[in-house]
Amino acid sequence: MNEFYYFIRNILLPSLFEGTLVSIKLIILSIPLGLILGVLIAVGRVYGNKIISTLCTVYVIFFRGTPLLVQLFILYFGLPSIGIFFSPFASAVIGFVLCSGAYHSEYIRGAIQSIKTGQMMAAEALGMTRFKAILYVILPQALRRAIPGCSNEIIYLIKYSSLAFMVTCVELTGAGKIIASRYFAYTEVFLVIGIIYLLMVSVVTKLLNMLEKKLEIPGLG
Amino acid sequence: MNKMQNDNDIVLRVEDIHKCYGKEEILKGISFEIKKGETKVIIGPSGSGKSTLLRCINQLTIPDKGRIWLGGEEVTHHKKDINRFRQKMGMVFQDFNLFDHLTALKNVEIGLMKVKKMDKKEAREKAMEELKQVGLERQADLYPAQLSGGQKQRVSIARALAMDPKVMLFDEPTSALDPELIGEVLEAIKKLAFGGMTMVVVTHEMGFARSVANEIIFMENGKILESGIPYQFFSNPKYERTKRFLNKITELYGE
Repeated sequence: MNEFYYFIRNILLPSLFEGTLVSIKLIILSIPLGLILGVLIAVGRVYGNKIISTLCTVYVIFFRGTPLLVQLFILYFGLPSIGIFFSPFASAVIGFVLCSGAYHSEYIRGAIQSIKTGQMMAAEALGMTRFKAILYVILPQALRRAIPGCSNEIIYLIKYSSLAFMVTCVELTGAGKIIASRYFAYTEVFLVIGIIYLLMVSVVTKLLNMLEKKLEIPGLG
Repeated sequence: MNKMQNDNDIVLRVEDIHKCYGKEEILKGISFEIKKGETKVIIGPSGSGKSTLLRCINQLTIPDKGRIWLGGEEVTHHKKDINRFRQKMGMVFQDFNLFDHLTALKNVEIGLMKVKKMDKKEAREKAMEELKQVGLERQADLYPAQLSGGQKQRVSIARALAMDPKVMLFDEPTSALDPELIGEVLEAIKKLAFGGMTMVVVTHEMGFARSVANEIIFMENGKILESGIPYQFFSNPKYERTKRFLNKITELYGE
């Protein structure tokens, strides 16, 4: 038993530390960028002209319809053949942003469409441009309604960030795999990794719940 | 000279407005004009195109044909600049359409800040002043969901007034309200009318129409069937159809 603690405290945790940091960096970059992309795509689909809305729809079909792993492989292994090179970390972030953006956009689009048309009409009647009406009237309400769906996607993102290892970005899961095979301690290593993901997810869930509470509109719901 | 002056007095002129939805012609050539300080009340059965007409005036619905002038400038001519005209035409909707995520005060402020580009402090003072006018300064920090229907509608009147409109358009402002809340909203609108605001009001409230209107316009099937000053209109309508409508509406809504 002592040996087990020794392994975890002195070998496993220190060597997972770096990987955890990489995972956190991947996640912290991808969450806001994915959300911003999701908002843009959703607005493009609902309010864009024919061309923009079609482009946005095609985007969503592609990124929701193909495995993330395939997207990552194309980014990291495929694009160099046409002269575009990304580092492993960059490929992972770009892949996560593009994929989560597609999912976020669906939650946000649904939320935008659930806002009564009278809101847009009232904003325009005040003399707001379409853009201002979307920015100050529609999105603040739609994004609140999209929080539960987007939270779900953010939590998925934390977990699928482990796919970064497939494009040689050594994050938490990757670091674990290296250690596990060196010491042949798969159970211990992946149990600990599981717990670390669970902790990250719990912290983010808590934060998102606080955000939802804070943004709640008094008198509604 | 006299003629000129009269022309300058005209705040809003609507000329031969047509609007189709698909095959159905909702408006079949509506024309009227309204002078500064006048209140015109539009009545008529539902489906007669009253709401569509109001929305055509501020171009929330683009008419197929016809022209609209606001204070001598043609609205229908400056499509790109429509937001400049909309600011000057306050609109009050049947179902309020307050911005649900903003407090009463911020509902009034937002147009001042985002459209008129007032700074925060100035906008706040002006918004508070408008809320006072409709008797809601104590509800300033409440959200729409915390207000009664009558209060919501008064906030939406304040929101429109804050923009200093040249004309106010009311689209059945009391139709979504519980009967006991109608009075407070009508009071607020009456106060405006007597204060010299120029207004077009679509309503089924005949008692109200009688007391504030300079002219009653009766619409049916996308046309103005008849119009006149309230006394003459109510006591001696020209058409049998108008009489029937008035009888029916009096039965339903009372005087």
